[in-house]
Amino acid sequence: MTEALVEMKNISHNFGRVGVLHDVSLTINPGSYTVLLGPSGSGKTTLLSILGGFLVPRKGSVLIRGQNCTAMAPARRPTATVFQDYALFPHMSVGNNVGFGLRMKGVIKSERNRLAQEALAIVGLSDAFRKKPHQLSGGQRQRVALARALVIKPAVLLLDEPLGALDLKLRRQMQDELKTIQKQVGTAFVHVTHDQEEAMALADHCVVMNQGRIEDEGTPERVYARPATRFTAAFMGESTLIPGDVASVTGNAILINTAFGSFPIIAEAAEGAAVTLAVRPEHMRLIRDSRSVTFGTAQVTAVIFQGSFKRVLAESNSRVGFMFIARIPAEHDVSVGDTVTPCCHIEDLIVLAK
Amino acid sequence: MRVYMKFFSAVYALAVYAFIFLPVAVLVVFSLQSTAFPIPPFTGPSSRWYEAVLNDPRLTSALFNSLAVAIISSLVAVALGFLSAWGFARFTLPGSAVMRGLITLPLTVSYLIIGMGLLVIFNMAGVPKNLLAAGVGHVVINLPLCFAIIYSQMGDHQINIERAARDLGATEAKVLWLVTLPMLWPAIFASLFLSMTFSWDEFVISFLLTRFDTTLPVEIWNLLRSGLNPKTNAVGSLVFAVSVVAAIIFELILLRRRPA
Repeated sequence: MTEALVEMKNISHNFGRVGVLHDVSLTINPGSYTVLLGPSGSGKTTLLSILGGFLVPRKGSVLIRGQNCTAMAPARRPTATVFQDYALFPHMSVGNNVGFGLRMKGVIKSERNRLAQEALAIVGLSDAFRKKPHQLSGGQRQRVALARALVIKPAVLLLDEPLGALDLKLRRQMQDELKTIQKQVGTAFVHVTHDQEEAMALADHCVVMNQGRIEDEGTPERVYARPATRFTAAFMGESTLIPGDVASVTGNAILINTAFGSFPIIAEAAEGAAVTLAVRPEHMRLIRDSRSVTFGTAQVTAVIFQGSFKRVLAESNSRVGFMFIARIPAEHDVSVGDTVTPCCHIEDLIVLAK
Repeated sequence: MRVYMKFFSAVYALAVYAFIFLPVAVLVVFSLQSTAFPIPPFTGPSSRWYEAVLNDPRLTSALFNSLAVAIISSLVAVALGFLSAWGFARFTLPGSAVMRGLITLPLTVSYLIIGMGLLVIFNMAGVPKNLLAAGVGHVVINLPLCFAIIYSQMGDHQINIERAARDLGATEAKVLWLVTLPMLWPAIFASLFLSMTFSWDEFVISFLLTRFDTTLPVEIWNLLRSGLNPKTNAVGSLVFAVSVVAAIIFELILLRRRPA
């Protein structure tokens, strides 16, 4: 394991009497793409501001390349931020915007123009050097902001909801480009978003935040498939949540009792603990096979065609009001009123402790 | 019906503009009078009274005094107004709302009261009546205006832009000089021009606070005390011309800017 680039240790912060971060610790590795994911008010932007130096935390410390930067001004720390509203200098040309950081470092004009031109080439805006920001589209301004931050070669590049102001199509396109640029320059990126699809598309390291705490962190694949908490499971995409409790523990297997029967699962939990079983919609089936565990029968209440798949909602026949959510292939024939057998493979059951 | 409406609106517009500009037009026309009284019939055109104005050292020196007071006092008022607006917009200050109210309050106080107040204070402090005192008076009346205009243009969206500059390594002085100031340039320019025009034709404060060297409006008033004379018309027309030229320059510079 390489040495950590950034270490945020036991960070706590509050605005007035409202606590926004509670004892948060985060490690960022060189060359990684970290995404801080969470709903608004989860503290993700505050954490980014503390890393960027715009806020000094009430407690805890920030180490960048081993150096304590907790109270260091943004100008002096090796970070650069891409703001949500881009924050380009409206009175300067694109080239001077990008060259601004170099100018502050005392780089001579010819050299900084050359470097600015190079940075613009990386983001695909070679011909925009002389334009003014207001002559560019939203996506182009975004790229200028990125070039302006990249050109000073920061240790960490911070992106505060950088794609929030773009329309969906452009956002997906910019995601691909951000990832490509990050791999090309090799700088560590820390990216804040509330869009879990964006997080999964970009992250090497996905950090899910809620109410000022880190709920879960890891590769996006792991966080999606094996979320640590109920909140993470719900935030990373919809699922069917079945409440239950741990009936017995035998070695590394536990038996969980639910309203739809008992399921033996390989997981860790204390006997008697209340748990939730989650099933992702793509794992929920409506026709059983030999490996399936079933959840009784249900009646289909809605079928929503979404192009490549159908989203099916079905209400349990044994428990009124309990809804199963399934995502099935589009060619699969199912209609409202059909009786189905919701089921899944036992390994697709996710045990959520809280 | 619509023809009548058009006709009446045209007549109304004409009447309004006549109401505004007729006195000025009369002033300008009779400044070109060739005889000794600015009353009909018109006997010109002649440039005789303009020559008289330009050959009158008291009037020409008053004109330069006025220009100097207008330019210097406006620059001071804009600088102070900008800094106070920046302070109020970017920092959390105790009693911010009350302080902002206090700084704009002089806008509602009559120039006479301000002038008298300054006169009393300068007397007590032993400051002689001169152009400097009048200039200070003009800063007092124009600072609140500059503050109000510039403060109104300082939005929250600029905070992130200033932040970005700091993030890229700019010191606070460089943020102000390279980012905040150019970003607010239209507001600063507008307040500078308004201050200059207000100072240019301000009478009461200059009258109260100057003695020997004085500004043009005060000198014109001195001239008027000896009765009507086409020379007063000529100097009045010159004052008006300066204002017109200033307004045109202002429009040209602001209109040349593309919308951001």
